[in-house]
Amino acid sequence: MSDPVLSIRDLTVEIPTRGGLLRPVDQVSYDIAKGEILGVVGESGAGKSMAGNAVIGLLNRPAKITGGEIWLNGTRIDKLQGENMRRLRGKDIGMVFQDPLTSLNPLLTIGDQLTETMLQHLSITQTEARKRAIAALEEVGIPAASERLDSYPHEFSGGMRQRVVIALALCAEPSLIIADEPTTALDVSVQAQIIALLKRLCRDRGTAVMLITHDMGVIAETADRVAVMYAGRLAELGPVREVITAPEHPYTDGLMGSTPLASKGLKRLRQIPGSMPRLTAMPTGCAFHPRCPKAQDICRHDPRPRRDGGRAACHFPITHSAEETA
Amino acid sequence: MTDLPQIPPQVRAKAPSRFTRAWDSDFAYQFRRSPVAIISFTVVLVLVLAAIFAPLIAPYDPFDPASLNLMNGFSKPMEPNAFTGDVFWLGTDDQGRDVFSTILYGLRISLFVGAAAVAFAMVLGITLGLLAGYVGGWVETIIMRVADVQLTFPAILVAMLIFGIAKGITPVEYRDQMAIWVLIVAIGLSDWVQFARVVRGATLVEKNKEYVQAARLIGRGSGAIMLRHILPNVLSPVLVIATISLALAIIAEATLSFLGVGAPPTQPSLGTLIRIGQGFLFSGEWWILLFPAATLLALALAVNLLGDWLRDALNPKLR
Repeated sequence: MSDPVLSIRDLTVEIPTRGGLLRPVDQVSYDIAKGEILGVVGESGAGKSMAGNAVIGLLNRPAKITGGEIWLNGTRIDKLQGENMRRLRGKDIGMVFQDPLTSLNPLLTIGDQLTETMLQHLSITQTEARKRAIAALEEVGIPAASERLDSYPHEFSGGMRQRVVIALALCAEPSLIIADEPTTALDVSVQAQIIALLKRLCRDRGTAVMLITHDMGVIAETADRVAVMYAGRLAELGPVREVITAPEHPYTDGLMGSTPLASKGLKRLRQIPGSMPRLTAMPTGCAFHPRCPKAQDICRHDPRPRRDGGRAACHFPITHSAEETA
Repeated sequence: MTDLPQIPPQVRAKAPSRFTRAWDSDFAYQFRRSPVAIISFTVVLVLVLAAIFAPLIAPYDPFDPASLNLMNGFSKPMEPNAFTGDVFWLGTDDQGRDVFSTILYGLRISLFVGAAAVAFAMVLGITLGLLAGYVGGWVETIIMRVADVQLTFPAILVAMLIFGIAKGITPVEYRDQMAIWVLIVAIGLSDWVQFARVVRGATLVEKNKEYVQAARLIGRGSGAIMLRHILPNVLSPVLVIATISLALAIIAEATLSFLGVGAPPTQPSLGTLIRIGQGFLFSGEWWILLFPAATLLALALAVNLLGDWLRDALNPKLR
């Protein structure tokens, strides 16, 4: 693999509160290569969005990065401040937000918003920016782009708006796109289109994508590799086929068992007993041990399991026979 | 997905003109359907135009001592004066000044002071509100605590206090010239709080929306985000408050002038006219009080009704 576009090493985000120090992201590491789509999955509160926000430097106080490193195209960015951070994150990182209703300014035409973004980062003229904006809209499949440029966001449907948001994220030619639940607010029928669009555009341009979602279906369809997060920690990381068909971490296994997949046929869905621990009351050792069917004494004790070479951060990863994996 | 069908140009409707778009807008439609809005808007419009063109409309110049004839004093409305035979529509005061003309000029002062005070309060309130909402932290704490403290005093008291201090520090010979400006600052300062509170609240909502995050992400500075992205999105409640504040500011000005701490008799506002007029009420010269008071009432009521209507029209939940 060539040098990764984004590389996160032992990233830790902490929030000091009255109830003590919370760690919504705890020693998470992953890489994303050029043109690769990494899916980040996990339940609500597993820290997937928080990790994304840490990468683009949009953590809101009092949350802050307290450990680890973030490298983007060979530059360390977690220590960057003010002007440097601003210049870099807009240029090299594009963001697709969850809700296309609120991710566009309702009082500016989409053309204004596209040109604003481009003029901020590319040294081009207003006319050139307008031309590129039209091209960007055509690329994401907005018909009659040159006229729609002067439309306001409310004149578009949800799916169309998300296309505009994607155009907006891609127009400054970033090397990394962070898509935080890009399809959650959309109709199911539109979801597939948007995902396909995102996938195609990123493939064409070699843009790396961090796709944050809780929808295993979207991950299975889109991602090359998948990172499963649980209670702020990385539970499992591996190629999407292998993780889905042969999960090694008991949590991933539970997650897959609770996801309806057409390929598995109609079976009663399993559920994982209990719920994710609150950040204020993290168990010692492995965060998953109170719910884990395979938990043993060692799981309850520090140090907690780490992913050393293997896919799963688990003392007792599930082993699969060869035909199962295939 | 470039394979979507391109719409042939001849099928597309012609883009409507700016006027048609404005006329067809929800807002214009609501306006046309509301008799209250139409009437109050007409009243405000007539009064504003009358104030602007006062020197052209007024039959007399009430502040030109040369044109005054003391013999015309206490003329009754629409009746020829006993000595000179001149007819004054709304009568004259004790010095023979035409009440109609003084009302037109008074309206000018009242509207100017009201509008300028609201503009001042708006600029101050919006700036501080945006800063408090967007920056947060100790900036917000200081601004909003000052606002809270000020809110515990009645606005008119604050205005009187500011007016009194200003009067104390201006030299006597400039007092009358300064009075109008001091009045504007006093009323404006007593009125900025509600703008700041509303703008802060709206800013807190807007700043967490994703388009603001997106603007931060592409590297826009805080100033640009506040002015270009947040400010336009918080303006609609401000518009409503500004209208209602205008009525309150006009009344506040009249109150101050009535109490004798506002516009000086050399530049009388409606409030000053009412103060002068009330001295004659019990001696039978009712018109000197009644007409300025009725004008003030009509103005304040119309502006208030317009503000009420605007609040409903701009609130999609009330339709």
